[in-house]
Amino acid sequence: MLQKLYDWVDERLDITPIWRDIADHEVPEHVNPAHHFSAFVYCFGGLTFFVTVIQVLSGMFLTMYYVPDIENAFASVEYLQSQVAHGQIVRGMHHWGASVVIVMIFLHTLRVFFQGAYKKPRELNWVVGVLLFFVMFGLGFTGYLLPWDNKAFFATQVGLEIAESVPVIGTDIKTLLAGDPEIVGAQTLTRFFAIHVFFLPAALFGLMAAHFIMIRRQGISGPL
Amino acid sequence: MHKGKGMKFVGDSRVQDKSQRNTIPKDYSEYPGRTEAFWPNFLLKEWLVGAVFLIGFLCLVAVAPSPLEQQADPNNSAYIPLPDWYFLFLYELLKFEFASANYVVIGTVGIPGLAFGALLLAPFLDRGPGRRPSQRPIANGMMLMGVIATVWLTYVSVTAVDWEQREQYSIANATEHEVDTEHPGYEAYSNNCMSCHGENMGGNAGMGPSLLESQMNVDAVKDIARNGIGDMPANQFEGSDEELEKLANFIVDNRPSSGGEGEGNGEGSGEGSSEGENSDSES
Repeated sequence: MLQKLYDWVDERLDITPIWRDIADHEVPEHVNPAHHFSAFVYCFGGLTFFVTVIQVLSGMFLTMYYVPDIENAFASVEYLQSQVAHGQIVRGMHHWGASVVIVMIFLHTLRVFFQGAYKKPRELNWVVGVLLFFVMFGLGFTGYLLPWDNKAFFATQVGLEIAESVPVIGTDIKTLLAGDPEIVGAQTLTRFFAIHVFFLPAALFGLMAAHFIMIRRQGISGPL
Repeated sequence: MHKGKGMKFVGDSRVQDKSQRNTIPKDYSEYPGRTEAFWPNFLLKEWLVGAVFLIGFLCLVAVAPSPLEQQADPNNSAYIPLPDWYFLFLYELLKFEFASANYVVIGTVGIPGLAFGALLLAPFLDRGPGRRPSQRPIANGMMLMGVIATVWLTYVSVTAVDWEQREQYSIANATEHEVDTEHPGYEAYSNNCMSCHGENMGGNAGMGPSLLESQMNVDAVKDIARNGIGDMPANQFEGSDEELEKLANFIVDNRPSSGGEGEGNGEGSGEGSSEGENSDSES
């Protein structure tokens, strides 16, 4: 039955190559920790992806309770944290996941760098990877404001002042992010929410797709 | 990749004609050694690593609940800002003399821009063919210095923070203000004001503002209770003048700025109540 269904779709869409691209390949010995324990350094990229998936899922659940306005944002987070069943765990996963994903992406970057794996022909994949790093930082920065507690508010104020110090376009950047050249307030919160939940994840998914397509196209770099 | 001239497609689609395809990815036979099929053998092992990792991660989540500080108060001038730990190295950089005040652009854009720009363009800066670390001393040296600088700056920044003092910012340590329910004016308050201004005078979002920060004296409070102010309609208080007096004293006495509850019960603080300014702090 399943085979018939697969054949029916395959006949029309030719999906077997997609399957090949995703899963049907050999894992070389030098990246397999089962053969060389030191190959665990190759796990960092996969773990980054794993934590990213945790972030996406826990974030989706957080938005079920979170209210992005200055009157209710804090109260909704506090409610989630103290009243909702398992809310503390979901928020905890998102909070600590943000740190763990930065650690993992950092280790992954170091592994690729010190192995010189960004050399021809993999230059573009490195560039996309560094852009992913920037997007992660952006997600961390914008997500920080959302609980609307003192820590969030004042750290964001500092961050926006840093953005403002950029020559020529500084004030424009700040206005774009905060919704106002001076005030950090209601507009800022909704903008950060939009950036954190829509703009940056969109960029993240696009870049991640490019990252993975390239690694499958080029294969993993050989042993040193 | 096979593309362009010579490609054949099925009908008018983008699906390649099967007989023409020779784009099977190269296998890893070029690497000597024991390869393993990704599906399902290797994925099963990855699954195990992921499960162990997830258990560790969930232990962290269970042991350390995510922190939440008190609600943002833009007027809190005593608060010392602190970014998340992975931004601390950038934050610490701005404390150097050459990267602050007039030269702050060096600290905010110059050095980070240079460092992250170099990271982004690493493949185009380090162009030699050799991949081994020993063949790329400059690239690796720069990266090592960058990593050491980042770790050092983060370390310096973390040790400079008084973490015990920051504990007081936590929501767990918020000072919950409570009114004196024994006060003679409490009954009048609970009957007339509580529904909008909250159980403990802390206000009610969308209904009535907090009375705790108000600087009004007893007469101003009496006036507002009778005549209203801003969105607050007149005649919210319906009772005798004597009750009104008690009510106003209750509100004034139970503000944290007036030295706490129980200090001047009844008539005591009737005339003075410290701060002379009235009305405009509340609207």
